[in-house]
Amino acid sequence: MNLVLDPVASLGRFVLATISLLGELAIFTVTALAGLFRPPFYLRNFGRALMEIGFFSLPVVALTAVFTGMVLALQSYVGFSRFDSSSVIASVVVLSLTRELGPVLAGLMVAGRAGSAMAAELGTMRVTDQIDALSTLSTDPMRYLVTPRLVAGLIALPLLVVVADILGVAGGFLVSTVRLGFDPTAYLQDTLSYLKASDVISGLIKSAVFGFIIALMGCFHGYRSRGGAQGVGGATTAAVVSASIMILAFDYVLTQAFFTP
Amino acid sequence: MSESPSNQPKIRIRGLRKAFGTKRVLDGIDLDVMQGTGMVIIGGSGTGKSVLLKCILGMIRPDAGEILIDGEDVLKARPARARELRDQIGMLFQNGALFDSRSVWENVAFGLLARGKVNRAEARDVAAKILAQVGLDPSVGDLSPAELSGGMQKRVALARAIAAEPSIMFFDEPTTGLDPIMGAVIDGLIVDCVKRLGSTSIAITHDMASAARIGDRIAMLLDGKLIWQGDAASVMNSGNPMVDQFVHGRSEGPIRMALRK
Repeated sequence: MNLVLDPVASLGRFVLATISLLGELAIFTVTALAGLFRPPFYLRNFGRALMEIGFFSLPVVALTAVFTGMVLALQSYVGFSRFDSSSVIASVVVLSLTRELGPVLAGLMVAGRAGSAMAAELGTMRVTDQIDALSTLSTDPMRYLVTPRLVAGLIALPLLVVVADILGVAGGFLVSTVRLGFDPTAYLQDTLSYLKASDVISGLIKSAVFGFIIALMGCFHGYRSRGGAQGVGGATTAAVVSASIMILAFDYVLTQAFFTP
Repeated sequence: MSESPSNQPKIRIRGLRKAFGTKRVLDGIDLDVMQGTGMVIIGGSGTGKSVLLKCILGMIRPDAGEILIDGEDVLKARPARARELRDQIGMLFQNGALFDSRSVWENVAFGLLARGKVNRAEARDVAAKILAQVGLDPSVGDLSPAELSGGMQKRVALARAIAAEPSIMFFDEPTTGLDPIMGAVIDGLIVDCVKRLGSTSIAITHDMASAARIGDRIAMLLDGKLIWQGDAASVMNSGNPMVDQFVHGRSEGPIRMALRK
């Protein structure tokens, strides 16, 4: 009989654990957001987080964008030359970047970089009692640590993606004009002629959502760390993996919302 | 019997219970700590001493019981009032729990800045004065916690805890991890600070020499209950066999330390 019940029990435990985790996440998110509506507001922490998530992620995002743009141009050329429509390269590059690849790739890179850093920092604070210490010093740890990071993520990603879009197009431009021999002016005109504001804006909205997710996962897993170095390590991994998966999942949901035919 | 404000205990605990799963960490704790006195709680590692402090501080929610501070039950008070009552408590954590992203002076002034008692311009000077009270040179203020030795970290943590002149002080194993001389230095500072502020204090320790120095009364926690309470002077010949075994450090006796937890 146990042969039948044991797997069922395991499944049940897994489902209950998952639902419990989602509940904790919901409570965590609401508590952190509540910190936006009443003082004190920790603007210096917000500024610091903005620098850490935004400014210091610029090199990674910039490199990602340039190489992606370059590869896109090359692949489009090789792919479309079968259909003899190589002038479409410019618009393929810019639309792919602004709608999809800019937000998603920037999101994944920043999740790896800043998401893990946040989880590690908060996790270490948790296991060394620093979070408890905050509450003994008249400071709400959620308001002090988490709320500023959530807002910073929300704002930093769109700014990064603007840079990524521009640099990606530049990468595509470079390959198209230097390597593939297209006329620079024509390329730029083609880039802009098929680009609509809604393409860029949908990408920026996506990146705001992704930024929020990255900060949320980083803070959530870090804040809940238990058990010393191994616990912090586990939290860091969980933060990156969960943020990455949620980015890809929400990418589908948002794309569906914006571009339903 | 009604108590006039002068003989009302500063902290009164009645019937406190907390279990983690099947393990009853606190099983009906009754404790009174009078204003201006020092209570030391002794007991083996992992017996729930820290849990008791965390229940009073609000970091852990007990399963049952009352915790009265100045006659008011913090567990039944409205959240804002509970926070007010608990704001009187300063805590020295076992490993210092200094904020490692901040300098020493920012750590010391943290509680004061959070409560709006000083502005940033004055905070550094105020921190220097408090560091002097724990025997540290003002130049230490500019270092980061990672650059300090264990004893110095403890002293900075003590400075941070006393900075807001709390009327209640908690000490979680203040001398653990320190050499005997530094332990005596810390105990001396604790006694000084508590006396100067007229605070009520609760300390947790299993260092009997430290307990004798900093406590007026001692209570022993075993299996979730306070099996003995009395004046500090009488702990070494209490007549209670379990207390005797503990304070004289004998491996044989009525207390059986579980070999596996």
